[in-house]
Amino acid sequence: MKPEFWSITETVKHVITGEITAQQIVDGALDRITFLDREVGAFLEVDKDGARKQAAEIDRKRAAGEPLGSLVGVPVALKDNLVTKDLVTTAGSKILEGWVPPYDATVVTKLRAAGAIIVGKTNLDEFGMGSSTERSAYKQTKNPWDPSRVPGGSSGGSAAAVSAGMCVASLGTDTGGSIRQPAAFCGIVGLKPTYGRVSRWGAVAFASSLDQIGPLTRTVADAAAVLQVIAGHDPRDATSLEAPVPSYVDALTGKVEGLRIGIPHEFFAAADESAGPEEEGLGFTPNPGPEEEGLGFTPNPGIEPEVRAAIERTIAALTERGAITVDISLPHTALALPAYYIVAPAEASSNLSRYDGVRYGKRVDASELLELYRRTRGAGFGPEVKRRIMLGTYALRSGYYDAYYKKAQQIRTLIKRDFDRAFRFCDVVLTPTTPGVAFQFGAKTSPLDMYLGDVFTLSCNLAGLPGINVPCGVTTGGLPIGVQLLGKPLDEPTLLRTAGVIESAVGLGTRRPSGAGGI
Amino acid sequence: MAELTRKEVEELALLARLHLEPDELDRIGSELGTILAYFGTIAAVDTTDVPPMTHAVPVDLALRADDPAPSLPVAEALRGAPKRDGDLIVVPAIIPGSES
Amino acid sequence: MPEQIEKQTKQTEMERMLETWEPVIGLEVHVQLATRSKAFSPSACEFGAPANSLTDPVVLGMPGTLPVFNRAALELALKLGVATGSQIRARSRFARKHYFYPDQPKGYQISQYDEPLCEKGHVDLIVGGAIKRIKLERIHLEEDAGKNTHVGAVSHVDLNRAGVPLVEVVSAPEITSAEEAAEFMRALHRLVRWLEISEADMEKGQLRCDANVSIRLRGEDRLGTRTELKNINSFRFVQNAVENEILRQIRIVESGGRVTRETRLWDADLGQSAPMRSKEEANDYRYFPDPDLPPLVVDGALMGGILKKLPELPAARFERYQKQHGLAVDDARTLVSDRGLADYFDALVTAHPGDRSGRMLANWMLTELLGALNAEGKEITQSPVPAATLSALIVLVENGTISGKIGKEIFAETYQTGEAPLAIVDRRGVRQISDEAALWEVIDRVVAANPKQADGYLAGKDQLFGFFVGQVMKETQGRANPSMTSDLLRKRLGR
Repeated sequence: MKPEFWSITETVKHVITGEITAQQIVDGALDRITFLDREVGAFLEVDKDGARKQAAEIDRKRAAGEPLGSLVGVPVALKDNLVTKDLVTTAGSKILEGWVPPYDATVVTKLRAAGAIIVGKTNLDEFGMGSSTERSAYKQTKNPWDPSRVPGGSSGGSAAAVSAGMCVASLGTDTGGSIRQPAAFCGIVGLKPTYGRVSRWGAVAFASSLDQIGPLTRTVADAAAVLQVIAGHDPRDATSLEAPVPSYVDALTGKVEGLRIGIPHEFFAAADESAGPEEEGLGFTPNPGPEEEGLGFTPNPGIEPEVRAAIERTIAALTERGAITVDISLPHTALALPAYYIVAPAEASSNLSRYDGVRYGKRVDASELLELYRRTRGAGFGPEVKRRIMLGTYALRSGYYDAYYKKAQQIRTLIKRDFDRAFRFCDVVLTPTTPGVAFQFGAKTSPLDMYLGDVFTLSCNLAGLPGINVPCGVTTGGLPIGVQLLGKPLDEPTLLRTAGVIESAVGLGTRRPSGAGGI
Repeated sequence: MAELTRKEVEELALLARLHLEPDELDRIGSELGTILAYFGTIAAVDTTDVPPMTHAVPVDLALRADDPAPSLPVAEALRGAPKRDGDLIVVPAIIPGSES
Repeated sequence: MPEQIEKQTKQTEMERMLETWEPVIGLEVHVQLATRSKAFSPSACEFGAPANSLTDPVVLGMPGTLPVFNRAALELALKLGVATGSQIRARSRFARKHYFYPDQPKGYQISQYDEPLCEKGHVDLIVGGAIKRIKLERIHLEEDAGKNTHVGAVSHVDLNRAGVPLVEVVSAPEITSAEEAAEFMRALHRLVRWLEISEADMEKGQLRCDANVSIRLRGEDRLGTRTELKNINSFRFVQNAVENEILRQIRIVESGGRVTRETRLWDADLGQSAPMRSKEEANDYRYFPDPDLPPLVVDGALMGGILKKLPELPAARFERYQKQHGLAVDDARTLVSDRGLADYFDALVTAHPGDRSGRMLANWMLTELLGALNAEGKEITQSPVPAATLSALIVLVENGTISGKIGKEIFAETYQTGEAPLAIVDRRGVRQISDEAALWEVIDRVVAANPKQADGYLAGKDQLFGFFVGQVMKETQGRANPSMTSDLLRKRLGR
């Protein structure tokens, strides 16, 4: 048996039937981590003792005939910005080095209750600020498909760990694409739920109005199974939604007949062609128009040709199965990037004020309090975090607030309205997840260059919508390509259903990464 | 969007309580200038009568019943505190109302 | 006594100055709300607990924690909002106010900024016999900070107080004297205790005050440069600190100087204020709506509940006691100084049969009952004599069963033993003698036994009448009905 690439369903089934013990699964996963992670570098902390203890408990329960959860025996990794009781949580930052939390995040409590086994904490860009995991204060994580390339970020460790078969599933957080983009780069499924669908209690805050926790898995069904466990109202998170949780697993019908797929032409057009409040009057093109002969959208020269081709194949596969494409307009798309890079740093500058060297974490001592603060924070934060704190502080200063933060929040309203309008004509929106595939380490040197890579994933967070990445092919160079689906608020079922069809039509099948550690 | 002066960058760094080395000040200053120049495009967007979106999904504030729960044991609460004197956290002397 | 001379000099100087200058004062008062748990997390609120024993991950500002607001804190703030006639915002909002300080665990305080819960209310002051209304700009919700203690070269941080819910009450700048500022504090103190919003113990920091003070020439409309006084922690300090600041500003301006806009710290021991040192001249709090807290919605049901439970307020009772019950200003003021007193008085009025003037009830309550309670250092709520019992006693006096003098003795015994007044009267046999035949018998005896005095009285020595009353009282152990005794004695003595 090779349990490392089993799905959740397979793992759970084998544990329940007793063909394999949880202990064996965990030992296998830990061996694989020991063997592979020296090269991949996905983990910041591997909780061998904790994982073995959880496995032993599951085996005891099974032997005693006690009820077992829906994720029983499933090895899961957690992005290290998810708080774990008695297990070091650093958020990838030196300022939290060695911090041992006294409590568990709600998602962790739920995973444990469902029988999942937490194997460790994964690498990330410091506090989630980055798109390549290069901004971690601790280590580099390599893309299992090609160790010279980044795994994406900020949930790069979580994506790489799942992709390389070091665990069955992982959790990440997504503030502007941090689940979907690394999932795309690593050839796995990554789901960012509707804002408020999953409790943020215990997720180290980056930008509170954008952050959301979600699963990274190898299959769509696995994503559904994990979401099923972690979704739901949490009285500890005042932004969490009370809406009942539907069955995500049952949503995977394999059918897309009559499904209306919105193709936003702004995502495919050159950045400076789109946008403009002048388009607001119409805001939607009900008729696909003159470009009908093609795919009904203008290809974006910014999108790498192989990515564009894969997206076109994906759309074709969907229409072949009875889905209908609709050309839609999201006229304020070009404003998403600037709005995001005002809102996110502003909230980050506020959320990161608590790291002051007083109650926990790193302290650089000084004889004066002001110096203690400045030295501690100066030494504890990395360059990208400092840059964003500075940017966010700038945007929130009195006299600048209206022009920056408030303006950006107003633009969010415009972006949300675009989607509201579009969803009157379509059921899901389809776009590339990223303009290109995983890039080389050090390829994006300027901050702005890095930010521009997030252009397709940001709107989803700004509007609070659910979004998913599904692998939809591989480049000739052997790198995975992802397609992104965006849905109506709380319409994860339709996203998962569509994603499931894409997975079986153009997904990676049994293709595994072969770039790192002799996978 | 105008370039940030060195003084402005220093003021921001003080407000954010970040000690930045001179080269960091220069670098971040110019990076912020570039980023703000690019993102400053939003200033031109007419947002008259557009409400700011403070929350991605509109909900009313849910309230908690006033039931006290046990506090953290002091030892656990202060487990990560870098400097302590018994059950108190220690910082450099502060005069009430000042910082230094 | 140089101190007294200095005080008098200051007083005269002040009077002269105030003919020219008008002080303009606005107060910002923080009131801790008497909830059992903190504003945004469930750790307990308690005064005097061991250091750092009342925390949880939220209070400590740990990564990943989120605030969830306490319903009781909202209800208490709404009570104050309604009681001050404020406009209540149906959707108010929490905002983050950023500043770094060791007692502020998150680097920001959750407060309210441009959408506060209450606006445009007022507080009614009792000045002399009248009500003076001071407008409020706003009342908003926020969380308290912890406590720093300065010890030599270091400071100690205790976060027990961090996260305790507060309201900040901001008055309009229309307080015009130090006395009035102190009176405002007293009125607010009375009101929040009245509504059971807060214990408002200033020594425990449950009620704290900052004052904005400026001066202008009388008749001028424009406000002068103001200073902010911090750390004013008793009613007396409010008056002293504000008075001191008014004087300081007038002296500066009169000697050709200008008042600097600054924050000053009041030192009660030195009796003076000093500017606070700060490296950041203009602090920038970078307020923005807290993304963790959706809008705070006050709906009809919540308001209905608050309105239903709201008691009659002190100012209204102050007026009712005078108009409806005929009380003297001083008595009315004493009664409304404390909710317990006023409630006791109302209970007394309700228990008491008939609708006679409340003056007598107030007299018995304020003189006898309060006298006894004060002697023991007890509060009215600890009174061993329920209102109904006190009323029963007063009834006995009113209907002539016992005299007022005996009544006081009976009260003392009821207070000590809890025995019913009538039972004591019967047991002691001290019922007043109002039976005419019985009184005639005593009077005959007394007059017969004192022929000289009887002659003297007849001859015009009026003061001897008192002697006979005294003798009758002596014979009856004070039980003779005084007015009947007088009437009968006059008849018997023949004039």
